[in-house]
Amino acid sequence: MKAIGTVHKYGDNVDTDVIIPARYLNSSDPKELAAKCMIDIDKDFVNRVKQGDIIVANKNFGCGSSREHAPIAIKASGISCVIAETFARIFYRNAINIGLPIIECPMAAKEIEAGDQVEIDFDNGMIYNRTKGTQYQGQAFPEFMQKIIKAEGLINYINEN
Amino acid sequence: MGMTMTQKILAAHAGLSQVSAGQLIEADLDLVLGNDVTAPVAIHEMEKMTIKKVFDKDKIALVPDHFTPNKDIKSAEHCKCMREFAIDQDITNYFEIGEMGIEHALLPEKGLVVAGDAVIGADSHTCTYGALGAFSTGVGSTDMAAGMATGKAWFKVPSAIKFVLTGKPEGWVSGKDVILHIIGMIGVDGALYKSMEFVGEGIGNLTMDDRFSMANMAIEAGAKNGIFPVDDLAIRYMKEHSKKEFKIYEADKDAEYDEVYEIDLSTLKPTVAFPHLPENTRTIDEVGEVKIDQVVIGSCTNGRIDDLRIAAKILAGRKVAKGMRAIVFPATQAIYLQAMEEGLLATFIKAGAVVSTPTCGPCLGGHMGILAAGERAVATTNRNFVGRMGHVESEVYLASPAVAAASAVTGKISGPGELGL
Ligand code: SF4
Repeated sequence: MKAIGTVHKYGDNVDTDVIIPARYLNSSDPKELAAKCMIDIDKDFVNRVKQGDIIVANKNFGCGSSREHAPIAIKASGISCVIAETFARIFYRNAINIGLPIIECPMAAKEIEAGDQVEIDFDNGMIYNRTKGTQYQGQAFPEFMQKIIKAEGLINYINEN
Repeated sequence: MGMTMTQKILAAHAGLSQVSAGQLIEADLDLVLGNDVTAPVAIHEMEKMTIKKVFDKDKIALVPDHFTPNKDIKSAEHCKCMREFAIDQDITNYFEIGEMGIEHALLPEKGLVVAGDAVIGADSHTCTYGALGAFSTGVGSTDMAAGMATGKAWFKVPSAIKFVLTGKPEGWVSGKDVILHIIGMIGVDGALYKSMEFVGEGIGNLTMDDRFSMANMAIEAGAKNGIFPVDDLAIRYMKEHSKKEFKIYEADKDAEYDEVYEIDLSTLKPTVAFPHLPENTRTIDEVGEVKIDQVVIGSCTNGRIDDLRIAAKILAGRKVAKGMRAIVFPATQAIYLQAMEEGLLATFIKAGAVVSTPTCGPCLGGHMGILAAGERAVATTNRNFVGRMGHVESEVYLASPAVAAASAVTGKISGPGELGL
């Protein structure tokens, strides 16, 4: 499995309240959520984002509430992968459970810049920055998580097993 | 190798004699929780599953607390979805308006969680029940759906940080100040993926309500869970509230901890977290002049009876400052009733505060007290992220009920000391 796209870059502690503010949680429709994705931290994100794009952020991405609406909004906005130095744990499992690939890689998080073209190979956790010609070894998923992501989420995985 | 308290509970629920940090396990669940925001998403997910019935109708708790009483049509639709599911699946612990309260205050009060339990909730503050010596953690809606259907959840076994508490908190210092102090010390990701285990003789000087508010905010340090040993006070609480059998797990003497912190509770001062992160803490003597527009006393962190008693003690015979809005929201119907019988509600109303029916309301910027651009609130809630209580240019300062009540009187961030208390 591979992802390739343009990078949107953020800092530390991007919380779920800015990814999708509570005032929009009276909807659970992915399309409606995607239309408000990142609105409190990056108003223009929804206009800029293209199918396949990648989010890169620093530490503790997705901290705060357990709202699955956050990874759902990100996935539905077209993002193919989130790379961060670290992820908040509920966001981490939510992303896997809904089949949004995420990778922890501190060096990549530090060096990749907004607008870079980045390619990710999920099978081995390699991250290639095509703009800068650099590459990074991200943390590959344990086998169990790879199976969930391949099944496109926990529900399908349970159904299949 | 020795195990922490959390690891022991997880091992027992995974049917293993030993687990170690980093291990992926599948654990049996004693309770699966959801609310009006997260449950509809989970119910929708469950519809896609081949398993159609919940694993145990007594082990699911559904609490419409976030946007209730229904704030608007969309919220009403969500509550309806949850209500119909509860009826259809014959869920025992569905709490309609009138019985409901904020989930993390309600579940312990109704005796649905006891020591030794493994609980997941599609709400990040599910970690609150660690105060009772249970393993409980927040998850998302898909985990909730899988949990409702199978009675199981996957976990990565966490390592732990130990906080050895000694001494007795002085004056108006409460559990909220202790946890804010800790988050200020280790940061909002200081316990990422880990358990926070609170131990030491100082725990004997903390009420159950103090412990609930501390375990509640473990997630604000990034932790998977926060947990307390089970002492006589906790046992008394469980016996009073629950018929369920509890089981006490103690950490092994040779359990490994990533870090150990010692905290003398007698040295702590009332503490306030400045915008926009719970780690931006300052003690009350360092806050300076911060004028505020609103005070919120309530939430799953500090909407319990002790919290209301403290606030009432400070507001009794005093008035909310002119131009200030003070909102008190008791966390459950039982707390609301108790506060009424003790005369606390009358104290709040006479002081010029508003008293709300139990709801999450303003805590998550839902309804009942939203901030306009440029406004500042002192809140006893647990998060002060950008836009958490309303406009992106508003600000939330997190504090204890004592500081919130005193601030309501002065119109700026103040400790009770400023009122000569
Ligand atoms: S009171 Fe606030 S933090 Fe607690 S469950 Fe409700 S919204 Fe979440």
